[in-house]
Amino acid sequence: MSDARLNLLWLQSGGCGGCTMSLLCSDAANVVQMLDDAGINLLWHPSLSEASCDEVTALLEDCADGRTALDILCVEGALLRGPNGSGRFHMLAGTGVPMIDWVRRLARRARWTLAVGTCAAYGGVTAAGANPADACGLQYDGAQLGGALGPQYASGNGERVINIAGCPTHPGWVTDTLLAVALGDFGARDVDAIGRPRFYADQLVHHGCSRNEYYEFKASAEAPSQLGCLMENLGCKGTQAHADCNTRAWNGSGSCTNGGYACISCTEPGFEEPGHPFGETPKIAGIPIGLPTDMPRAWFVALAALSKSATPKRVRENATSDHAAVTPAIKRTGLK
Amino acid sequence: MSRLIVGPFNRVEGDLEVTLDVEDGVVRSAQVNSPLFRGFEQILLGKHPLDALMFVPRICGICSVSQSAAAAAALSQAMCVSAPVNGELAHNLIAGCENLADHFSHFYLFFMPDFAREAYAKRVWHAEAVSRFKAVSGSAAAEVLPARRDFLELQGFMAGKWPHTLALQPGGSTRPVDASERIRIIALLRAFRAYLERTLFGDALEAIAALDNCAALDAWRDARPVAHSDFRRYLELARDCGLDRIGAGPGVYLSHGSYAFEGGRLLRRGVWDGDLHELLSEAITEDVSHAWLAGEDAARNPAQGATLPQADKAGAYTWCKAPRWNGRVAETGALARLAVQGHPLARELARSGGSVHARVVCRLLEIALVLPQMERWAKALQPGAPFCETGSLPDEADSVGMVEAARGALGHWLSIRRGRIANYQIVAPTTWNFSPRDATGVPGALEQALVGVAAGDGAAPAIQHVVRSFDPCMVCTVH
Repeated sequence: MSDARLNLLWLQSGGCGGCTMSLLCSDAANVVQMLDDAGINLLWHPSLSEASCDEVTALLEDCADGRTALDILCVEGALLRGPNGSGRFHMLAGTGVPMIDWVRRLARRARWTLAVGTCAAYGGVTAAGANPADACGLQYDGAQLGGALGPQYASGNGERVINIAGCPTHPGWVTDTLLAVALGDFGARDVDAIGRPRFYADQLVHHGCSRNEYYEFKASAEAPSQLGCLMENLGCKGTQAHADCNTRAWNGSGSCTNGGYACISCTEPGFEEPGHPFGETPKIAGIPIGLPTDMPRAWFVALAALSKSATPKRVRENATSDHAAVTPAIKRTGLK
Repeated sequence: MSRLIVGPFNRVEGDLEVTLDVEDGVVRSAQVNSPLFRGFEQILLGKHPLDALMFVPRICGICSVSQSAAAAAALSQAMCVSAPVNGELAHNLIAGCENLADHFSHFYLFFMPDFAREAYAKRVWHAEAVSRFKAVSGSAAAEVLPARRDFLELQGFMAGKWPHTLALQPGGSTRPVDASERIRIIALLRAFRAYLERTLFGDALEAIAALDNCAALDAWRDARPVAHSDFRRYLELARDCGLDRIGAGPGVYLSHGSYAFEGGRLLRRGVWDGDLHELLSEAITEDVSHAWLAGEDAARNPAQGATLPQADKAGAYTWCKAPRWNGRVAETGALARLAVQGHPLARELARSGGSVHARVVCRLLEIALVLPQMERWAKALQPGAPFCETGSLPDEADSVGMVEAARGALGHWLSIRRGRIANYQIVAPTTWNFSPRDATGVPGALEQALVGVAAGDGAAPAIQHVVRSFDPCMVCTVH
């Protein structure tokens, strides 16, 4: 670990600020102190810092001109190119300059550039529908390399933008990435093919899902608040979505599937336009189109038929109930 | 006369710019600019109506649940479905948790750090303000972040996560609570109460909620040493800085009413301007005369509203529309909610347009009023009873969802045609408070509140206090 402290600058553009709100739910006793302990000096964050107005503009100029070292640039929210390529849909207040221009200038100086959340990574929800603001990510436009900084961009350390995708992103994904950067051991091999840190993106939301017994028996919920698996009817993509949401809890003990609603694969480029209603599973001949990752279709169909025929009464009945209507049988297990 | 362009503001949600015309060290006229436009109302067009539940919370990461609740309310009206008792309790607990966490964050993280600024270095309370409230490094931040995080674990039990849950549905909640979880929710509410009573108020929540006029509040202050609690510390510097004399708004207070339960509401819907008026959604209009949006200047009810960017429009200075109630500018937020409800201290503070002090006190007062209700709602949860009713979507419908976010009145106007969203218009709390001028030239609530405030070189950060007293949420404002 280098002795020098790292300066971190955090900017927000075409997003909702929810990734910052999520970050403040960090399990760390005090997330700001945790970064400080890791040798990260928070130059400025729009929700947390004292500096306002001219003080901020001066700081940004100092960073952009190299007078102040900019080690880590975190951008939250999509970059807005519209209208007509002008960037005017977000002018940074008090500066008369589009935020996308500020970000491009600052990114040239940054040693590491981090996209915090799916908007900053790929465009996300801000790029949905007709994409009225012409939103894109820092280095991706949906699934395509490019975005605000372009495909050739590399930050000072020679790497592409690190995409801490998620809508919102998990506080642990941000702090683990920042701490790994501060330790000096985060590089190109630590991100997946679309720039996401592998420590969470090499896992599936399905891993550790509290509904796994229902999944195993294809015992499915049919309406909101029911306990069954959400994949067959209610749009859940947890068996395909890359993230560790069910092994790294949200807000203490939560996750989307634990909360009773579908995983919408929010760490993925283009998740905002799935081509079907979010709460419905698209099917062909009664079989969901989106089958579990790495599983051949024929196997899935055969296993589903077998497991449905073998579903215990308890699992079948509870799947469409909002509480455990049938409890597990009591069985002496001590001698087995 | 000189012109000041102030921004970027921070410790507000989103980006904000204010243009001030200053003469003799005092603001003569203000223009508020919301400089970010994303276009959610256009994004939603053509979507499946229930997909609004995915999109609208992502308008705002700090009012996320409130946006969900407004969409769920509009959809439940369109679907003619209503939530079972557990579903109503779940909505209230999830919304109450977000609203109180927002008030708590606003006080400690957004508002108080300004009193640690160098500009106040000569004040007798400054050293303690620095040690307690300084941004990032003050002792409060180190305690408040964990207390807030622990309180928001309610969302982990009841909403999957925060922000951006899909748990709030037109017919209730997707997340039934079991017996053990109910106990743990009650326990975490007690833990938050303990923090508030020990550190924020130094007194029972019920005692704070019972302060029923300004004299009682002054007597409470005078009976306690400054270091008694953070509320007491605030009251000291509020008196010294004269926060009760700056930032008067239009004096018209609007609330959609909140926390619906068993056919009534904990806080009533209405408008109070000295007299209490009924609030009908039809009396609300928006005009685009000073916004970079196309359309005639005539105001429209949001049910007929449209959002079409026109970046080069002459005379415009913001992306924000100008909402009006019966043609009048109104202020919204905790002060408005409690004034409309008739809380005697709030009514007294609200007279003559209110002030920075009135807004801050009412936010804290609301914490003291709502947390005990949340404890009652959590106890009333009945594990095993239904949490959600299902309904069916009509092919055609026009409906309105009117709820209260932490920052005030939030309305969603929904039109469904051929089973798809044909129009979706959102009027958010800060759209009201940070409204630009309307077609008749009448400035919005903040624009009025800034007039007469000291500004320019050497002035105290009064402008910052007035702006932040509204707890602006700029990402909601324009969406």
